[in-house]
Amino acid sequence: MSDNHHSASTHITPYRTLAIVLVVLLALTFLTIEITSFDLKAWNVALALLVACFKGYLVLSYFMHLKYENLLIKILVGMVILLFALIIVITYIDYLFR
Amino acid sequence: MEHQAKAHLLEHRDDEASKLGMWLFIFTEILLFGGLFLVYAVYRSIYHTEFHEASLELNVVFGAVNTIVLLVSSMAIAMALTALQQNKIQLSRQLIWLTVFCAFIFLVNKYFEWGAKFEHEIYPGSELLMKLKHGHILYFGLYYAMTGLHALHVTVGMVILIVAERRIKAGKVHPEKYVFLENSALYWHLVDLIWIFLFPLLYLIT
Repeated sequence: MSDNHHSASTHITPYRTLAIVLVVLLALTFLTIEITSFDLKAWNVALALLVACFKGYLVLSYFMHLKYENLLIKILVGMVILLFALIIVITYIDYLFR
Repeated sequence: MEHQAKAHLLEHRDDEASKLGMWLFIFTEILLFGGLFLVYAVYRSIYHTEFHEASLELNVVFGAVNTIVLLVSSMAIAMALTALQQNKIQLSRQLIWLTVFCAFIFLVNKYFEWGAKFEHEIYPGSELLMKLKHGHILYFGLYYAMTGLHALHVTVGMVILIVAERRIKAGKVHPEKYVFLENSALYWHLVDLIWIFLFPLLYLIT
């Protein structure tokens, strides 16, 4: 084991990576504002949520270091997202077929 | 090195476990806001037209400025951790203050946004709001509950970040022991993450 045995993570994210992620996040924000200014009916919601999910992925992976985290935390995050997706789907099935 | 290793053993530290604990707390937060998102989604599908009409009342500029402010602050706190890990303590502290400043700007912006709504007499329980249609009342109720709970998290995040900065200054958090800053940063990113979904849902998708 290295001397950093006790440190939470040995990975150090470079400033450059963080800056690039910010630029992409800002660009995606303006893209969402642009997309939703057109009337694409239901597509507006789908596109805006799709972009938001991608932004969330970037924040989780790079800002929250999930990309360099151990497998346990990655699996747990995946399970929570799956749980939330299931709650949404099951509730919608209930409402749509009532 | 031997001496350092012994010091660590005496401390009974487990940074991995601290971080796992923080993640577990974040999961509860995700499900807390998740519940509100679910309520929003269901009522939106039931009161589609009313939600559309009500959401036109919101000012996209306020929302967009706050999104930019939060994204910048999120990068600043991630950089503060990088700086601390690289032993640049001064820079790390400055970046934390930048993050706290962004949080403050966010809250000031929110104050003006809510203030404008209050001036138009749109607030929970107002006479005007109670005369509106059921869907409108639900939309503004959810708007105040969701942005209010989020603003509460911004306030708590500010306090946590200031505590982290004080602890770095006092030498309690340092390049060999930075899990406190790491966990505080995780909390701040969560605040950003929630806003990433709140902004399009409340302000953009009309």
